[in-house]
Amino acid sequence: MGLRSFFDRIEPNFTKGGKYEKFFPIYEMVESFIYTPKTVTTAAPHARSYVDMKRIMTYVVIATIPCILFGMWNTGYQANSALATLGPDAMTGWRIAILQMLGITMDPSSLFGNVIHGFLYFLPIYLTTLIVGGIWEVIFATVRGHEVNEGFLVTSMLYTLIMPASAPLWQVALGISFGVVIGKEVFGGTGKNFLNPALVGRAFLYFAYPASMSGDAVWTPVDGFSGATALSVSASTGYEELAANGLSWMNAFYGVMQGSFGETSTLACLLGLGFLLMTKIANWRLIVGCMAGMIGFSLLLNLIGSETNPMFAMPWYWHLVLGGYAFGMVFMVTEPVSASHTNVGRYIYGALIGVMVVMIRVINPAFPEGMMLAILFGNVFAPLIDYFVVQANIKRRAKRHV
Amino acid sequence: MSQTKKELLVDPLVDNNPITLQVLGLCSALAVTSSLQVAFVMTIAVTFVTAFASMFISLLRNQIPGSIRIIVQMVIIASLVILVDQVLKAYAFEISKTLSVFVGLIITNCIVMGRAEAFAMKNPPIASFIDGVGNGLGYGLILMLVGVIRELFGSGSLFGVTIFQTVNNGGWYVPNGLLLLPPSAFFIIGLIIWGFRTWKPNQVEEREYKIQSVEAH
Repeated sequence: MGLRSFFDRIEPNFTKGGKYEKFFPIYEMVESFIYTPKTVTTAAPHARSYVDMKRIMTYVVIATIPCILFGMWNTGYQANSALATLGPDAMTGWRIAILQMLGITMDPSSLFGNVIHGFLYFLPIYLTTLIVGGIWEVIFATVRGHEVNEGFLVTSMLYTLIMPASAPLWQVALGISFGVVIGKEVFGGTGKNFLNPALVGRAFLYFAYPASMSGDAVWTPVDGFSGATALSVSASTGYEELAANGLSWMNAFYGVMQGSFGETSTLACLLGLGFLLMTKIANWRLIVGCMAGMIGFSLLLNLIGSETNPMFAMPWYWHLVLGGYAFGMVFMVTEPVSASHTNVGRYIYGALIGVMVVMIRVINPAFPEGMMLAILFGNVFAPLIDYFVVQANIKRRAKRHV
Repeated sequence: MSQTKKELLVDPLVDNNPITLQVLGLCSALAVTSSLQVAFVMTIAVTFVTAFASMFISLLRNQIPGSIRIIVQMVIIASLVILVDQVLKAYAFEISKTLSVFVGLIITNCIVMGRAEAFAMKNPPIASFIDGVGNGLGYGLILMLVGVIRELFGSGSLFGVTIFQTVNNGGWYVPNGLLLLPPSAFFIIGLIIWGFRTWKPNQVEEREYKIQSVEAH
């Protein structure tokens, strides 16, 4: 155990009174990343469980793996397909240079070529997120004296997966800075953030730089190629038109369409969901609420119908597979900190988001995609929902006791 | 009188700032700070109204019956606001259009009313006037700070003069659209309050509750 003894030897420098006392959070970050965290609950009651924060956060990152892999393939596939149509003139940029240098094919039918091409888009965004967000995290940990924990790995992964592949890196850096500082650290760090930091960063970019976060040109990272997302196609012409654009429901379910990195594939999200439910990281009540809200409200809108707005007619199973609904439901609605904490509250919270997402998509013409705003809206309401649930419980029990 | 005239003028700038410490007058701070020029005119308007309203109310303070004092104060404030509004319409019509209802809403700006109630009703006219000027400037200071950030990064200019050439005009700067939306002022004011309270820790409010830790037996 050379590494362990190395840590044990240098630890006194970082604990209270040591030379580098101030940098304890950084030492702790590296040490707890490699070994199990040593901190244990000091106050009674002592619930014993092997599931600590490190394990929870690692599980969430594991659950995103299908989305990451599929996202890489899809980004590469979309880029390669666009290149195939646009011809060699569009082949510019360092990614193409690397691919050509390594002799990797840019044929959209090659699995390997697609994944590598997508990876070259994924990696810079992910690294930027990790480095910039990590710097903020360490600054706050050092000044405020709390530890840096694996929660940031989750935030950075989710944040990367909801970026469009063509996002400029400086915007990525700005967004994650805003997300980490305003969305999390000002409230006291992980566990005290009532908003989802990844979504706060994404929302910041969405309002600050709408040209590079929404529209038709950003999803496939090839200059001069424009492809509308399935949701904006349905918003302008109705979901029946999707078939004419070559998108069947099954394709949408698999995720072969325009969209942010990880959000396109409902199948990959459901794989992640299965893992999260099995390990009990995600609470199934949130999922039930979110599905019920979405299905119920879209059925209601189907019933009402509209002459002018084709989105009214969109059935729930299309809402499920398009846009960020599946991704948001699996990885963001289920985030335990920003969701409601009571069991009844979880149904209500989920349903609120489900209703809101359909409402924003269908009724608000300015935002074809609604999941981000719906979840942030739900986040804000989560404490209020909990409050009412707790009060109702107190009243019910008080009545029983008279 | 416990405060000197200089303190009356300088105190509201940082130590007792109407926006960052008393958290008053926020609506207009959100609405008029997307361009510096408008923020500047608003600052002058509010300073003028607060100063003269405080002075006139202070002159009348021994004649105003306690039961209807708010109404009397409102009449004085409203007259001054109408005066400002008319002057702006006559001499700066473009800005007056941008400010739209927010000039009229100076009447309901809590800072004006707050100074009248809290200071002018109890103090002589000259001190009240200076206090009004000080509070108007304290309000203006924050308005200008927010305005500088919003206009510089939101549209790449200051007072309408281009500093950063934006991409649309062939330059390099990609303007931040969020800063042109009113909610951004919330973030900026929040950050300014954070900065002020780090600089002057005695402005930090006491916690309403403490997280207690129970020792294990």
